[in-house]
Amino acid sequence: MTDTKVNNMSKESFRRQKSREEMQKQLISFGLMIVLTLVAFAVVAMDTFHKGFVIPFLFLMAIVQAGFQFYYFMHLKERGTGMAALLIYGGVWAAFLTLAGLIVISWW
Amino acid sequence: MAQVHDHSELFPEVMPPEPEKATLEGKNKFFGIWFFLGGETVLFASLFGVYLALKNSTAGGPSSQELFGLGLVFIMTMLLLTSSLTSVYAMYHMRNNDFKKMYLWLGITGLLGIGFLACEIYEFAHYITDYGFTFRSSAFGSAFYALVGFHGGHVLFGICWLTTLLIRNAKRGLNLYNAPKFNTFSIYWHFIDVVWVFIFSVVYLMGKVG
Amino acid sequence: MATTAAAKRSFWEFIWDYLTTVDHKKIAHLYLAGGGFFFILGGIEALIIRIQLIKPENDFISAGFYNEMITMHGTTMIFLAAMPIIVGLMNAIMPLQIGARDVAFPFLNALSFWLFFFGGLLLNLSFLFGGAPDAGWTSYASLSMDSSGHGIDYYIAGLQIAGAGTLMTGINFIATIVTMRAPGMTYMRMPLFTWTTFVTSVLILFAFPPLTINLFLLMFDRMFGTAFFNVALGGNQVIYQHLFWIFGHPEVYILILPMFGVFSEIFATFSRKRLFGYTAMVFATMLIAFLGFMVWAHHMFTVGLGPVANAIFAVGTMAIAVPTGIKIFNWLLTMWGGQVTINSAMLWALGFIPTFTIGGMTGVMLGSNVADYQYHDSYFVVGHFHYVIVGGSVFGIFAALHYWWPKMFGRVLNETLGKLTFWPFFIGVHLTFFVQHLLGLMGMPRRYWVFLEDQSLDLGNLISTIGAFLMGVGAIIFVINIIVSAFGEKAAADPWDGRTLEWAVSSPAPYYNFAQLPLVRGLDPLWIEKMEGNGKIPAAEPLGDVHMPNGSIIPFLMSIGFFISGFGFIYQTDNVYWYLALYGGLAFSIALMIIRSVKDDYGYYIPKEELEKALEGEAK
Repeated sequence: MTDTKVNNMSKESFRRQKSREEMQKQLISFGLMIVLTLVAFAVVAMDTFHKGFVIPFLFLMAIVQAGFQFYYFMHLKERGTGMAALLIYGGVWAAFLTLAGLIVISWW
Repeated sequence: MAQVHDHSELFPEVMPPEPEKATLEGKNKFFGIWFFLGGETVLFASLFGVYLALKNSTAGGPSSQELFGLGLVFIMTMLLLTSSLTSVYAMYHMRNNDFKKMYLWLGITGLLGIGFLACEIYEFAHYITDYGFTFRSSAFGSAFYALVGFHGGHVLFGICWLTTLLIRNAKRGLNLYNAPKFNTFSIYWHFIDVVWVFIFSVVYLMGKVG
Repeated sequence: MATTAAAKRSFWEFIWDYLTTVDHKKIAHLYLAGGGFFFILGGIEALIIRIQLIKPENDFISAGFYNEMITMHGTTMIFLAAMPIIVGLMNAIMPLQIGARDVAFPFLNALSFWLFFFGGLLLNLSFLFGGAPDAGWTSYASLSMDSSGHGIDYYIAGLQIAGAGTLMTGINFIATIVTMRAPGMTYMRMPLFTWTTFVTSVLILFAFPPLTINLFLLMFDRMFGTAFFNVALGGNQVIYQHLFWIFGHPEVYILILPMFGVFSEIFATFSRKRLFGYTAMVFATMLIAFLGFMVWAHHMFTVGLGPVANAIFAVGTMAIAVPTGIKIFNWLLTMWGGQVTINSAMLWALGFIPTFTIGGMTGVMLGSNVADYQYHDSYFVVGHFHYVIVGGSVFGIFAALHYWWPKMFGRVLNETLGKLTFWPFFIGVHLTFFVQHLLGLMGMPRRYWVFLEDQSLDLGNLISTIGAFLMGVGAIIFVINIIVSAFGEKAAADPWDGRTLEWAVSSPAPYYNFAQLPLVRGLDPLWIEKMEGNGKIPAAEPLGDVHMPNGSIIPFLMSIGFFISGFGFIYQTDNVYWYLALYGGLAFSIALMIIRSVKDDYGYYIPKEELEKALEGEAK
């Protein structure tokens, strides 16, 4: 009885330890997201770079940030979330096709 | 003798490590909200596509370069980004079964959301009164307000959702019945932030570049 | 015994039961009844179209009413008849096939149905209040922006409400299949109908949002003066076409994929053989869905997207023929060497193969972008899509109804009447639509109110109309069959010597589906137990109390709220007082949403003793 209780407690403290580490990672990713945002705003505000560089660069920054959100903030890297991730990637694919249709082949 | 159920399995003495996914209902909610967001991705992509197709159709009205100011957008971005972090904190405390701290952080999340919304309303009012730029001015105007307004509507819905949750559960503490509800809200809220990341990049920053 | 108890219940109790039900099997009944009603309505509209075209320069109906007929026939058949009936079949069967007690979100399931129902009702009420939509089922912005009256507004509001319901259904079914499969039911052991339900739900999830946005843009342009499609203010009507077909093309796969699942079940059961190439069938389904999402612009070849874009979409379109061909051959090989029984369900399945293959071949013809300039907007197109939608979806619906009727309603449909349904309908389909290909090649454009005489179009149109009436005869015989069978004998649990889990429970299934969750030992679990066990599915859990969701009237009331606000949206352009309906309806629905979320609903338990009693009764 007491053995299992002690075991449970150590399990609990192990879990807390792990979730503290998790929280640190989330803080770091938040910091990185702030940096990415600052860089994106700075690149536009400085107005020194060519358009052909700025636009793909902004896209890249946004996609990296979205990745941080999904995998660290929304816990998509935890086990048992494969189907959720699959459907999000499906949505991203459908989104890509929609955007391609509306941007590339909508002329007038 | 029929045994009477008091649903005590929803109110355990020791909370499991992942209370939001401990019951079948919780698991269903978890997957349900994710699948919904998969659909929302396409919904917002359609609006982004419409915006990108129409962003130069100003019909003689103000263009994106004339309209947008980076200062306010930066403040709005910081507000929403921070609210994403606070909601992560709330879920951290939920998993540690610390109800009060979870409430505190969720409350801050809501306030930051309201701050964001206030900025957006100010921004729209500014465009309408100072530039006469409405959703009837040009195809660009229609597409801009549709995309940004749809996102703002999602923020508003999130705030109402959170308020209802917080009021309803204030006195009952965390249990396996309401833990999935808090978690579902948090996932939704992060997604709204993801959409905003694309809005500030694609609409405002790229709009400023031209 | 159960029937006398049911007869004793008063009529109002019966109605109230269905208004508040969250049971997937009863919701399936509602979907089938609602979809069946709109199917009859759409059928009558089709007959009116065909009567108008029976002879040259006919004046049976006016040109304006003809436009309303073609619009409402297409819209009704796709959104209000075929899809709801298919969703009804999924609701009835899919949870049973995976060994679940209900769907993941029973409350949302009820809400989905009532939203569909009131959306459909709203759309059709336009006939009574000043004219139905008349810009074709696609409602292209060029036409719909110019259409006077409120017809198009009804189209927008009705489809928006019904579409929201469909989207929720999609999410609901995916979650159900992901989280609620019985122990041992791995993904690669799921019956094909469950697989196609899954893939179809994914298509719904990704295809309906563009439609939602498109209707939203059209609504704002028509009702609130925005400029998405207003060319004078820089709008672009090609956007409408893109968004419509990004939804519209996956939509045709939403209509056909579940039917591929149905046929797979039927061919396997009535050939008494395992489905040939199960794995290939699963992956072909996914491949069709994947490719189906990337070919929408083949509906827009003549818009002038340019040769590069057209060529890419043409190649993509033709590629879909490959996985579809895999399926056709797998069905044929399932029958090869099997002990084939030909009954009504099997007749529909056998009729499907040549009919759908013809439709597929004309599809490849249309997919050739160069040739398409000739076929575009001619009766060739009308012939093509009726061969796939009637030959695929409608044949599939009839096959599924004959096959699962015992499981859904506890009665086996009459065999003779079943065959009498098939033959006139089958012959009617080919008479009606085969000649339409030829009419199209001779130059008859679609959607025209009249045609002139002495252009060699007279005979073809007459044959086509005769065929349409034959289909009507088939449909009437089916209704007679339903009535006759209702007084027939009770169905056995497993009337077809079935292979999958739904045949392991009584007909109709008890409201808790499974007293104990089943343990699945492989593909075709019931067949495995028949061959290697005692013919009974082993239980995966000890007998215990079963958790069930509570019924609720809120889905019904909430849908009424949206229905009322739909009227508000339509008429606020005439009179500001209609804003009362708009906001009032919305407020009512939102209030109900809040009530739903603040009121705790833990569900209830069926005590073990009741289940024991029921099991004993079954054993007797």
